[in-house]
Amino acid sequence: MIKTRLPRLLHSVSLAALGTVLLAGNPGAGAAAQAVPQSVGEIRIGFLSQTPEPPPSVANPDEPAADDGLAGAALAIADNNTTGKFLKQSFVLDSVEVPPDGDAAAALRELAGRGDRFVIVDAPGATVEALSKLPEARNLLLLNATAPDDALRGGACAPNLVHVAPSRAMLADALGQYLVKKRWPRWFLVTGRRPEDRLYADAVRRAAKRFGAQIVAEKEWTAESDVNRTAESEIPVFTQTKSYDVLVVADEVGEFGDYLSYRTADPRPVAGTQGLVPTVWHRTHEQWGAAQLQSRFKTSAKRPMTARDHNDWTAVRVVGEAAARARTADPDRLIAFIQSPDFTMSAFRGAPLSLRPWDGQLRQPVLLAADRSLVSVSPQEGFLHPRTELDSLGYDQPETLCKTRGKTTP
Amino acid sequence: MTAARLTGIPLAALIAVSATALLAPAALAQTIYVSNEKDNTLSVIDGKTMAVTDTIKVGKRPRGITLSRDGTQLFICASDDHTVQVFDLASKSVVHNLPSGEDPEQFALSPDGKSLIIANEDSNIVTVVDVPTRKVAFQVDVGVEPEGMDVSPDGRWGVNTSETTSMVHWIDMEKRVVVDNTLVGPRPRYAQFTKDGSQLWVSSEIGGTVSVIDTATRQVRQVVDFRIKGVAKDRIQPVGVKLTDDGRYAFVALGPANHVAVVDARTFEVKDYLLVGRRVWQLALTPDQKTLYTTNGVSGDVSVIDVDSLKVTKTVKVGRYPWGVAVKG
Repeated sequence: MIKTRLPRLLHSVSLAALGTVLLAGNPGAGAAAQAVPQSVGEIRIGFLSQTPEPPPSVANPDEPAADDGLAGAALAIADNNTTGKFLKQSFVLDSVEVPPDGDAAAALRELAGRGDRFVIVDAPGATVEALSKLPEARNLLLLNATAPDDALRGGACAPNLVHVAPSRAMLADALGQYLVKKRWPRWFLVTGRRPEDRLYADAVRRAAKRFGAQIVAEKEWTAESDVNRTAESEIPVFTQTKSYDVLVVADEVGEFGDYLSYRTADPRPVAGTQGLVPTVWHRTHEQWGAAQLQSRFKTSAKRPMTARDHNDWTAVRVVGEAAARARTADPDRLIAFIQSPDFTMSAFRGAPLSLRPWDGQLRQPVLLAADRSLVSVSPQEGFLHPRTELDSLGYDQPETLCKTRGKTTP
Repeated sequence: MTAARLTGIPLAALIAVSATALLAPAALAQTIYVSNEKDNTLSVIDGKTMAVTDTIKVGKRPRGITLSRDGTQLFICASDDHTVQVFDLASKSVVHNLPSGEDPEQFALSPDGKSLIIANEDSNIVTVVDVPTRKVAFQVDVGVEPEGMDVSPDGRWGVNTSETTSMVHWIDMEKRVVVDNTLVGPRPRYAQFTKDGSQLWVSSEIGGTVSVIDTATRQVRQVVDFRIKGVAKDRIQPVGVKLTDDGRYAFVALGPANHVAVVDARTFEVKDYLLVGRRVWQLALTPDQKTLYTTNGVSGDVSVIDVDSLKVTKTVKVGRYPWGVAVKG
């Protein structure tokens, strides 16, 4: 997909204006939005999104929708407002789309200027990190909705930054627990050529070590040819290696991973970024009331909810749930409450979500999904933890590399 | 002469009836109805033999079920058919549908049996249906994902819990409006008034608690917490609640914790946890209050609990994902 560079758009989304925002790309709607004076009980949430340009030549049968992510945030604003009407609270979303090479800092300043103390950042990790270090961000709460980088939760952590999306380590641990439970402990790790693929592979290696699995073989995918045409001949040769149980693939942009299944030299399942995938959301998920969120989303967005939509939905709901629980619209009190041990919320995955004080990561179960079926939900039974089994996923308190956040145990 | 014969016959019949009633244990006449959410069926269990005597096809995704006040009909929420079916127990057939609004999940019948108040999960609405005329009487807006429903014994309050909003909405049944809202723990699933109407008990699935609300002030007066040795705190997810008429016990189904909690309804202390089937969901007491039935969704069965001894006495296999349960006494 080649995305045309849109001029930076600024939309105000409220329950009434939902129709406008879903037509993202209509600059008229943005131009009409003027700064609104803060009324009592009004909570303004900024939404800053930046979608990296996808690599060329990938045959992608599922082109993401133009409102991928934003539609989740818009639904959460509607949900917050339904609850808010009983508490005299109203929620407004200010949305800014930054082009891949655009000025995210200027966009954040604009949102801060409108009085948004909460800013959902749906952008690559580098953008999230740069924004969190801006002086203008100091008294904001940035909610990292999608970037999975463990470094953001470690050395680059910040007191004004919380992470709604699970980290790569959490995703890899969720998958690793399941593979070990299945007694498939010998993994063949195939890594793509991009830096983020190497980070995903690092997380897989860490999971293997933690749960007693073994990386019996490793290869890097460097083929320059059009895999779409050469897969049938290339992949059987590429996958000839030592005996293994599962091929674990690290290919975040989807350059070749989808071509591995059914073409490996040995008949083995594929898991990781393709095949059996750890994710926050999947269209087949219906437990714990998820069927209701799926159907509510489908009604409003006219398509199934993606993981990106769900991350943005959760980020906006964090603010809404805190406002209802703390019974306040005061941003300072809400920012403190969200990061306190009293904050929990439901997100249709069985266990309550809450924040890890040591790195600002939202604790959460992770789904394991195949194309048309939900296979399992991690943490798996038997992976125990003295605090909550959810802390068996990702970096636990004793391992954290974050130094700028509180160390208090929840 | 004619008069004597006429009075004589009913008299004899009356004696015969009383004799039967005296000889037979109360359980003889009990029939248990269970809705199987993923089979689109109703399982019928004989209360004496504890055997499934019939499996009857009903509407799509049957969840909440409740008996009519005269005990001749069963109301069934057929969620995916967007209707409430009225099922005649004698003929074992659906006699008609009630307009329910979209995606009905749970409902409650008013004490006079005339109004059915229904949670419409997908549209954030509660629909009140006038049962005799089969017409929608009124609808009110509530929070996100309305779920638990009850009507106070005096018929004044209709209550609804909304799962994502985490509130109890108090509907004044006469004025037909929501007049108050009580915030409870995350994801409230089920609401039940005490027999005297002074308290409302509400379970919170994700909060892992039960809130006891004072009806007069509509404030939470007590929060009941649960702890089971060897079960992670976040797996304790309260769903169905049943209170005994004598005010002695509250039974709370704890979902994936696979236990029913026995709460002293006077002191709010948890007395015991009874191990039942997997993902225990809803509960029903027999009219004589001697037996409690639980639906266990994942294991696809019903556990039978003896209330006097607080022991699980039997497990009865039913269909896939048993959800609602009702007992005809």
